[in-house]
Amino acid sequence: MHAFHQVIHAFFNPHSYTLAMPDVWAGFQLNLRMMGIAEVLVLVLALGIAIVRGLPGPAARPLRALAIAYADFFRGTPIIIVAFLVGFGLPGLELGYISNRSVTTYGVIALTLVYTAYVTEVYRAGIESVHPSQRAAARSLGLSYMQAMRYVVVPQAVRRVIPPLLNDFIGLQKDTAIVSVIGVAEAAQSAGQFSNRNGDFPSYVVAAVFFILITIPLARFTDHLVAKRERLERAAAF
Amino acid sequence: MSTNGSAFVEINGVSKWFGDLQVLDKVTLNVPEHNVVCLIGASGSGKSTLLRCLNMLEHVEEGEIVVDGQRLTHEKVDVNALRRKIGIVFQAYNLFPHMTVLQNVMLSPRKALGLSRDEAEERARPLLRRIGLEAKANEYPDRLSGGQQQRVAIVRALAMQPKLMLLDEITSALDPQLVADVLELVRELADTGMTMILATHEMGFAREVADKVCFLDAGRICEEGRPQQIFSDPKEARTRQFLSRVLEAEKLQ
Repeated sequence: MHAFHQVIHAFFNPHSYTLAMPDVWAGFQLNLRMMGIAEVLVLVLALGIAIVRGLPGPAARPLRALAIAYADFFRGTPIIIVAFLVGFGLPGLELGYISNRSVTTYGVIALTLVYTAYVTEVYRAGIESVHPSQRAAARSLGLSYMQAMRYVVVPQAVRRVIPPLLNDFIGLQKDTAIVSVIGVAEAAQSAGQFSNRNGDFPSYVVAAVFFILITIPLARFTDHLVAKRERLERAAAF
Repeated sequence: MSTNGSAFVEINGVSKWFGDLQVLDKVTLNVPEHNVVCLIGASGSGKSTLLRCLNMLEHVEEGEIVVDGQRLTHEKVDVNALRRKIGIVFQAYNLFPHMTVLQNVMLSPRKALGLSRDEAEERARPLLRRIGLEAKANEYPDRLSGGQQQRVAIVRALAMQPKLMLLDEITSALDPQLVADVLELVRELADTGMTMILATHEMGFAREVADKVCFLDAGRICEEGRPQQIFSDPKEARTRQFLSRVLEAEKLQ
């Protein structure tokens, strides 16, 4: 019974919470920044790669192969290793601008590389789920291949993949803690330092709560978007 | 009806295969401007494929197609430019579900022809008025009945001011009571002199609007002629067989 109380105390000592809060919050702002930038980059890059992967014709074969190789490599490599490769590799290359970025930037690059590979597949599934007759209708109206993608196929595809997209974003948000291995002083890192100094664990609980708190509104917002779209587009009879 | 000069649509010995299956077999057909040609025949006889070839949605493997003096089957043809002159309407409407009715009609005038939003709307609204659906301009297609959706699909094609309309079994997916409105619109188009090729199962309608009826069987034009002749006095045994089966089916309804 004594051990149990010790654990409870080590995790839930109210006094430590007040102490840990500012440190972890300061770190968490870095997480928020990394998430925000990486998410925007991923959304744009992944869509581009998904479209390249779907390009028709033999002329686009090398591009398609490149897109496939990219997805294979970065989906297959653990993110912690990508973080090391980027965070320690790029500075070592002495490439001027690229090699003189902050660890936070390298963290964002690692996250973007890995999650773009995932999200490319999500987009691709969405694009393929749009019935070919939609593309035929668009093309038959004189729109070019790219216009048909831009105005007809991609908007429908994106709407369909919002839930799995959100799923990957939650993963990305949590993995901002993993890229801290290259020295980013984000929430999990700060929590660890606080825990070492103070000899207890409330800092970790605080960090966990922060991560959860930003996930929930995002999930509800997505549900709301999906439901609103459904209401607009579906027949009133349903 | 004018038949002078070279035909508006010339189809010369067109053949096509899906793998080993030959779906079109040396089809030859000329359509003068302002004429209406109806393609009849069983499912799988090649009617839809022929229409899709005319709009370059299917690749023609043999033979050639010339529309308005331009060879479609030429390798360097500007596909997008040619398609702007040729409207096609599909059995399943294929409206864009993420756009309102008005946006559906305005999309290609804006993006393919480069009209401004206002210009495109000026073009789209009268068309919607003509089919009695201006009030539905801001609704999404799924809120419309099948017949309404199909009429929107027709005016969406008309918004490009095509010189040729291809109608691919456009009433086949509709409840019988919704067919009449759609056919009425097609009749109007025929009256205004639109050149049209339609694949249809509506024999009564084909008899009424067509200048020429072609009976397709196994990818070949088995028999063609004026509607009175095809429907009242078919020469080919296969045509007679097909028509008597259709007639029986209509009696059962």
